[in-house]
Amino acid sequence: MAKRSFLIPGVDKRLLIKDSLKTMPDVTRRRFIAGGASLGALTLLTGCDVVDSSSAETMLAKVSKFNDAVQAWMFNPDALAPTFPESAITKPFPFNAYYDLDDAPDIDGKDWKLEVRGLVDNKKSWTLDELYKLPQVTQITRHICVEGWSAIGSWTGTPMRDFLKLIGADTRAKYVWFQCADKDGYNSPLDMRSALHPQTQMTFKYASEILPRAYGFPMKIRVPTKLGFKNPKYVVSMEVTNDYKGGYWEDQGYNSFSGS
Amino acid sequence: MASLTVTDERVGATPAKVIQPAWVRIMHWVNALAMILMILSGWQIYNASPLFGFSFPREYTLGGWLGGGLLWHFAAMWLLMINGLAYLVTGIVTGRFAKKLLPITASGVLHDIRAALTFKLGHDDLTVYNYVQRLLYAGIIVVGVLIVLSGLAIWKPVQLYYLVMLFGDYPAARYVHFFCMAAICAFLVIHVLLALLVPKSLRAMIIGR
Repeated sequence: MAKRSFLIPGVDKRLLIKDSLKTMPDVTRRRFIAGGASLGALTLLTGCDVVDSSSAETMLAKVSKFNDAVQAWMFNPDALAPTFPESAITKPFPFNAYYDLDDAPDIDGKDWKLEVRGLVDNKKSWTLDELYKLPQVTQITRHICVEGWSAIGSWTGTPMRDFLKLIGADTRAKYVWFQCADKDGYNSPLDMRSALHPQTQMTFKYASEILPRAYGFPMKIRVPTKLGFKNPKYVVSMEVTNDYKGGYWEDQGYNSFSGS
Repeated sequence: MASLTVTDERVGATPAKVIQPAWVRIMHWVNALAMILMILSGWQIYNASPLFGFSFPREYTLGGWLGGGLLWHFAAMWLLMINGLAYLVTGIVTGRFAKKLLPITASGVLHDIRAALTFKLGHDDLTVYNYVQRLLYAGIIVVGVLIVLSGLAIWKPVQLYYLVMLFGDYPAARYVHFFCMAAICAFLVIHVLLALLVPKSLRAMIIGR
């Protein structure tokens, strides 16, 4: 206790803002991005309030795009995420979303179909039974959240690259874009090279059990080379496309590539 | 009379010795800006998932929310890394590190700490660092290298897996990153305090002499 107050004097422990920030509307959030700068360090150091929020945001967005390119350049399609023994699995594996578990999509597996769209030869929709018949593999990898925490889990499903081959996807296209059943809509683009990574998986099971509602029933996309928010749950459709269609978090400012 | 003239001439002919060359001054202040941006945005990121039982006060964070903090952090990192790398290379190539920071001996450090605590440590010649300064300045360079390496490890734990291995695993690298920040903050407090106590050292970092 004494040590803590020594390190950071005057800490206001009531400032547990994490959750309230998550529920903030997008516009408020964006306005805050540069807000800190003009009243904070930059004013102090430059002696004038040169950093108006729009120019700071433009600059930061440009650097983030540059960082997308740097990460795409760094991405090694053969580099595998480390795998772990079963004993290393985090129990319980955390539920994480921008809503409570009670608000998570409650999907009836019998009615659900995976829609396939865009640059593919076969645009048929897939029922869960059909998908379950595809060959599956299991991986035990570390899920790393954009917030910094991480947890090790066991996911079982069909390698994405096998499915893309099966449906005759144009793998020269730039993205696979996922849409999900989360409230307010959730979507996320995945760059094609990451989609073709050997560990990128259409996940149907967690810890050898049918994927529970908390972890994305009926289907999650597990991408161990990406941060957690680029591992969409409750997926309802995938589209192979050359267009950048944005994403739920990407549009609010999270770096779009967000590779690990 | 003659000696007086000679003294006058010497003062007029040779300008005061440059203590901090231009490249040191420029890189020092660029680093100061980059460090402050990294620390304030880093506190924002920390608050999203605190490692310990406290959060940083919102007033001292940059970016407004996690996404904004990340944007600042991953923008300022280029400033920090490029400037830091240029500083390391120039410091080694010009021999400045070897000349200013070495040797560091245990007896020298102990002697100068004792002298400092009894207010007997002189600062007459700012071109020569005492042993406490040498230890702190060399130490903070090592911490600077560590915070960049641990930061790269948690940014790219798959692509830069060998860096993660260096620290043990991903969570360990996060702790290293945090404690390096804490060390830099502690250094900053002492560093700024001492610069204010010996204002001519601050002047030297601004105008060179």
